[in-house]
Amino acid sequence: MLAKRIIPCLDVRDGKVVKGVQFRNHEIIGDIVPLAEQYAKAGADELVFYDITASSDARVVDKSWVSRIAQVIDIPFCVAGGIKSIEDAGRILEMGADKISINSPALNNPDLINALHDVYGQQCVVIGIDSFYNEATNQYEVYKFTGDESRTQKSQWQTIDWIKEVQSRGAGEIVLNCMNQDGVRNGYDVKQLKAVRDACEVPLIASGGAGEIAHFTDVFQQADVDGALAASVFHKNIINIDELKAELTANGVPMRKRHGLTAQAEGVNP
Amino acid sequence: MSVVNTNQRQKIVIVNTGCANISSVRFALERLGVEVDVSDDKSVITAADKVFLPGVGTASAAMASIKQKELVATLQSLTQPVLGVCLGMQLMVDSSAEGGMNNTSGDIPCLSLMPGHVARMEANGLRLPHMGWNTVQHSDDELFKGIPQDTYFYFVHSFAVPDYAHTLARCDYGGSFSAAINKNNFYGVQFHPERSGEAGAQLLTNFVNL
Repeated sequence: MLAKRIIPCLDVRDGKVVKGVQFRNHEIIGDIVPLAEQYAKAGADELVFYDITASSDARVVDKSWVSRIAQVIDIPFCVAGGIKSIEDAGRILEMGADKISINSPALNNPDLINALHDVYGQQCVVIGIDSFYNEATNQYEVYKFTGDESRTQKSQWQTIDWIKEVQSRGAGEIVLNCMNQDGVRNGYDVKQLKAVRDACEVPLIASGGAGEIAHFTDVFQQADVDGALAASVFHKNIINIDELKAELTANGVPMRKRHGLTAQAEGVNP
Repeated sequence: MSVVNTNQRQKIVIVNTGCANISSVRFALERLGVEVDVSDDKSVITAADKVFLPGVGTASAAMASIKQKELVATLQSLTQPVLGVCLGMQLMVDSSAEGGMNNTSGDIPCLSLMPGHVARMEANGLRLPHMGWNTVQHSDDELFKGIPQDTYFYFVHSFAVPDYAHTLARCDYGGSFSAAINKNNFYGVQFHPERSGEAGAQLLTNFVNL
């Protein structure tokens, strides 16, 4: 049975892992490679690295860290940030990333999604969507350039329409960052994710709001997402991944059992 | 976990198919302590003790690259163990339905290292791509030595070879499909051993030790 995925997200700025609250006031968490290694060993199913400065600065940043991560970890990882062309994507994949995720550049140039699909295949094309619930209009709105608050702007898209659009262009997975919930640890935006789930035929990853184990249970059980992404609860050791997975398994959410641990449990000599 | 037998120094070559994803296979092998060459040179590939055929992307793009490098006959003539990974596995059969989104030309001819056809997964209403960790049931072949039944491996694909005569391991996602295939010296795995944690490292070790 396909397991649901637990995905620590590492925001990268200038080669360091950082974490902000509602996309602002970033503090440095640590170096990328040791953190990536630590999460892989701790039982993460996948990692996402967001280069949060790349799109908003309109510059190509040094991505040599992608290769250093690929050398040490043995679980899949996705890289996002500043990928504007099939050449940019190709370089990241050649350095050893398994998937690339695009956000603002897809909004500026939707044809990029089709091109990435045709060259690298649907399976490695992830679309990140920063979605904000506008209380005044009661609508979910897609934002871009969220890595830099001075340049953050609303796009012309409503979230569900954009999800349908990116799927028709060949997106293989969607990561929905619910901006209202980001970094505040009050729980995933289950209401929005449920609304989006019906329109989303590809794997959907929930992002933004995880604060305790029950939030993961809620989002898997109520919004039927394929994976849950979180940052601060893992960075700050608020949630232990093994405990999280044991709790989710007990609640009927299918989780990966690790090969090494299985062998140990059954008394097989390593 | 059994380790790579380093008593005899092996030449391990990853075929440079021009596809991405070569680095992650190379890094995974290097983590096992073996030396690896990435090459599209016919004589280097032919002289290797073990050959890896990696790949992500579409069958049409990958086959175009292999043809452009004039490697079709070379790959077909190999007699040493060859392991195709993901798209690399799919290239081992006769044909694939995976072109680009605008592909209207029908099936893409592949390498015909063994019979078979790659089709878009039906998945019986489940979401595609099939992405994430899923359990594998294998036939206790040497390639799966030390790997318990129902071990999780990492998959990411929308096309697959059905469960058929050359299936070495199967996986279920809205229906059964080939997680691994084999004919003679040719092996292929649909999952990514280079990204499947300790289980993947064990499988790569087993292949290197063949």
